[in-house]
Amino acid sequence: MTAVVVGETRETATARALRFSASGLRPALAGQHIDIRLTAEDGYTAQRSYSLSSAAGADPIEVTVERFEDGEVSPYLVDGVAVGDAVEVRGPIGGWLVWRPSDDRRPVQLIAGGSGVAPLMSMLRTREAARSTVPFRLLYGVTDPDRVYYRDELDRIAADGVQVDLRYSRRVPEGSPLHAGRLTRDDLAALVVPPAEDPSVFVCGPTGFVEAVSDALLALGHPEERIRTERFGPTS
Amino acid sequence: MAIFSPGFRGRRRETNPALPPGQYEEHGFPVLTAGPTQRVRTDDWKFTLTTETGDAKSWSWSELMDLGPETIDTNIHCVTSWSKFGTTWRGVSVDKLLDGVETKAGYVMAGSYGGYTTNLPMADLAGGQAWIAFEFDGRPLAAEHGGPARLLVPHLYFWKSAKWVNSLTLMERDKAGFWESLGYNMHGDPWLEERYS
Repeated sequence: MTAVVVGETRETATARALRFSASGLRPALAGQHIDIRLTAEDGYTAQRSYSLSSAAGADPIEVTVERFEDGEVSPYLVDGVAVGDAVEVRGPIGGWLVWRPSDDRRPVQLIAGGSGVAPLMSMLRTREAARSTVPFRLLYGVTDPDRVYYRDELDRIAADGVQVDLRYSRRVPEGSPLHAGRLTRDDLAALVVPPAEDPSVFVCGPTGFVEAVSDALLALGHPEERIRTERFGPTS
Repeated sequence: MAIFSPGFRGRRRETNPALPPGQYEEHGFPVLTAGPTQRVRTDDWKFTLTTETGDAKSWSWSELMDLGPETIDTNIHCVTSWSKFGTTWRGVSVDKLLDGVETKAGYVMAGSYGGYTTNLPMADLAGGQAWIAFEFDGRPLAAEHGGPARLLVPHLYFWKSAKWVNSLTLMERDKAGFWESLGYNMHGDPWLEERYS
C-alpha cells in the first residue's frame, strides 16, 4: 500500500513524527504498528516496523521515528523523507499491546522508556478522542529533558487530569528536585497505579528497561496477566 | 509497483543469499516478548507431549538431557525484519520426543510457561527441523531469550520458536496460537514472507 507523507513534527533533535494519509488502510487500534518499506532507485529495499502514535482510527496515521546513528531506515525517515513523498506501508498489525476504550473500566498504567512512548501516546490520544473517563497514568522514563516527545501535548493531557510523571536516567531539568537514575522498584511503587486497583499495565521501551520494569512490577504484586510489554533493540 | 524513495540508498547493501526478502542482518539479539520474562528453574521444569487422543508423555530436565542433545548451527529470522546469522545452539531434536508416539496429527500447538502458544504444521516440526534448545552460543540460554529451554524452528519466523516451551499438543486440525490469532501468519515461512494473515 502506498502512503504519502502529509505532515511532520520535529519532536526532538533525533526524532520526528511523520503523518501519512491512511486511505486504503484498515482503521488502526491504539498500540498497533505498521511496516514501512523503502526502495532505493536501484531496487534495493529495506523495511522496519514502527508503532503508530496516532489515535485509533485516525486519518492521517502517525509514527514517531527515533534516529539510530547506525540505522538504515530511521535516518532517512527522520532527516530524509519530505512531505509529499510516498513510501510503502503495510498494516496496521498487532493486537496485544492494544487498548480499546470499550475494553473495560480497569485503570490503565502506561510505562514508557524513551521512544517506547509512541504506542502509549496512541492510547492516550485514543482515550481523549473517545472522551473516555477510564483513569490513565503515564510514567515516562527518558535519558534527559531534551529527549521528551510530545511535550506540549503531555502538559495539556496532564492538565486534563491524567497523571503524567517524567523521570530522567542521566540528567534532570534545571532546578528539578529529582535525581537522575534508572527507575527503581521504589519509584514504581510510588508512581504506578497500585495492584489493589487492578490496573492494566502497558510497558514499552528498550529491552533492558522493559525487563527491569516488568520484573519489578511482578515483585510489587502486579499479576503477570495484567502486564503487556513491547521491547525493542538488542541485548548485548 | 515499486515506489522509489528519492535519496534513500540504504546502508547494508550486501546481497546475501542467506537473507530472506525484507530482512536485514542484525548482530545483536533483540528480544520480543508480549509479557514479563518467565523465570523457570530447571529443577521445576517439566515438558509434556500430548497426542490428539489425549495420551501424554512427560520429561524432566535430566530426562530431556538423556535424550541426547546435538549442536545446531543456523540462521534465525524475526518477523520484525531482523535476521541473525551463524548462531549456535544445543538442543534435543523434536524427533526424539516424537519417537514411538502413535499419531496421525497434521498440526502441533506449542505451549509455554506464561501461557504463550504457537501453532505449527507437523511437517515443519519433524524430520530434523526443530529442537528443544537450551544453550545459545556456548552458554545456558538466558531467561529473556526463552531459557531454560525454547523451541527452535529456525526455518520459520522466530515467533514460532516459542520461548519457555513446556508442551507440544498434537492436533488433527490447525488452530491459531497467540500471535496467529492476532493477525500473524499460520505458517510463517520467511522465504515466502508469510508475516501476516
